[in-house]
Amino acid sequence: MVIAAASIAVLFFAVPLLGLLRRASWSTLADDLGSRESLEALRLSLVCSLSATVLSVLFGLPLAWVLARVQFPGRALVRGLALLPLVLPPVVGGVALLSAFSRRGIVGEHLYDWFGIQLTFSTAGAILAETFVALPFFVITVEAGLRSMDRRYEDAATTLGGRPFTVFRRVTFPLIAPTVVAGAVLAWARALGEFGATITFAGNIIGRTQTLPLAVYLQLESRPDVAIALSLVLLVVSLSVIVALRDRWLGGAS
Amino acid sequence: MSLDAHLALRLGELDLDVATAVADGEVLAVLGPNGAGKTTVLRALAGLQPIERGRIELDGSVLDDPASRVRVPPEARPIGVVFQDYLLFPHLSVLDNVAFGPRARGVAKQTANATAAAWIERVGLHDHTGSRPAKLSGGQAQRVALARALATEPRLLLLDEPLAALDVATRAVVRRDLRRHLGEFGGTTVLVTHDPLDALALADRVAVLEDGRVTQSGTLAEVTSRPRTRYVAELLGVNLLRGTGDGDQVRLDGGAAVTVADVVTGPAFVVVRPSSVTLQVDPPRSSARNRWQLQVVGLDLLGEHVRVRLHGELDLVADVTPAAVAELRLVEGTLVWASVKATDVTAYPS
Repeated sequence: MVIAAASIAVLFFAVPLLGLLRRASWSTLADDLGSRESLEALRLSLVCSLSATVLSVLFGLPLAWVLARVQFPGRALVRGLALLPLVLPPVVGGVALLSAFSRRGIVGEHLYDWFGIQLTFSTAGAILAETFVALPFFVITVEAGLRSMDRRYEDAATTLGGRPFTVFRRVTFPLIAPTVVAGAVLAWARALGEFGATITFAGNIIGRTQTLPLAVYLQLESRPDVAIALSLVLLVVSLSVIVALRDRWLGGAS
Repeated sequence: MSLDAHLALRLGELDLDVATAVADGEVLAVLGPNGAGKTTVLRALAGLQPIERGRIELDGSVLDDPASRVRVPPEARPIGVVFQDYLLFPHLSVLDNVAFGPRARGVAKQTANATAAAWIERVGLHDHTGSRPAKLSGGQAQRVALARALATEPRLLLLDEPLAALDVATRAVVRRDLRRHLGEFGGTTVLVTHDPLDALALADRVAVLEDGRVTQSGTLAEVTSRPRTRYVAELLGVNLLRGTGDGDQVRLDGGAAVTVADVVTGPAFVVVRPSSVTLQVDPPRSSARNRWQLQVVGLDLLGEHVRVRLHGELDLVADVTPAAVAELRLVEGTLVWASVKATDVTAYPS
């Protein structure tokens, strides 16, 4: 009974993947991926997802540190806020971003009036949308790493004369580096697959905001072979992430 | 006095209130059971654990004084710490571990490395300068931890159970080396241990810490010749009895009387070594002045003798040979006569 149910679950995961591989038009794969639109989507996806990852690390590391190390009133609230995009439907995230950063949003209005910056329908907007959904993955991973590390190493560094930033740079960060990498990979994978918030906030402009998932969705009607080829690219990336992080997640299996 | 400290704080179950003074060049061992607050004392001295009341003064400068809101942060205290499991930074080489202190205190990299190399040489590990801590044995890691703590030229050295992480064979060697290094170190040393052998080998003076309070202090000879708590008595493996002295008799709190060789008056401690207790089935006809009929409540084989726990008008522990146990047919519940000569009993005022 249990085995049967478990088998169904496995098939449920496996069959769609097999279907994808079967539907793929292998002979035209190179042409499909080499088309201008595909290449633009690939390039844009790389640029946006990597930028979102860098932003996640830059802002997520201090946030994770504060959440893990600093006692302050309202910490639970801040953590909840930071993790909300994990469960929030991405399209709602996109609408929320619009209300804040569009030309008539509470922040976007000033960005446009003072600096002439418009985030909607721009690559920067796509990056912003991807960061919005990717950042929580980084924060939650690194905060857990900071909490589980042996803090007495920090004590030892402190008694040796290390000021807080020196202690972080020379002891804390190297000790949690594997977690930081894992968090960054997770954030990158999430940014790469981002669809809802991006299309809502940044639109769907080839070469500017049309990332891989958007391209897949739009090509599915007109050129299904291209859509499937692009899907395969995302599948390979996802598999690579699983393989790269296998020690973290699949460690118990060996 | 080099270190003059009074520490008082509450931390969970622990209610710590300790005052101590340690001279320049002196080694103080804080000896006590687990959970007595030994590590907390070191953490408070190092500044890692804030104190609520008291004052810490080192070489005349105040490090901690909550009453006047003085608190020197741990990174600015001239204190070196050797942690219990050494806590060598796993991602740094031995050289970088030892150079960490000087560099963190602003010394240029080359100078810091030279200082570190000299210390590594001094603890005899120059072959391991580039090794990662994971490659070191327990004894080597202990020496690196010591070199790392001393490389900052602290005025106070704190050692938390410096030998507890080592196996028995290494412990003797490391203990000997550690004694030499502590002898060469000019500053003040406070070490924490639950092992009286460490205190005996390394320290000039002992403070016994129990339940957050110092219950006894002095040289190890003073402490061991006149134990004042059950913990110290058990460390030494002797019977410690409490009573009131009147001439050559001490009337114990439980009612029994002990005849002693020393004359004491008023509240007194009585110490009886287990090996000086004789057991017989029949009432003894010897010259022993002390005899009680007691019941055997426990038998434990300890090396070459058997430790017999006795209960009755007083509680006593006796060490006898396995042959005697067999001959007297001792089992739990047997009634025996225990006798002790007055000259084998030590008594002193409490």
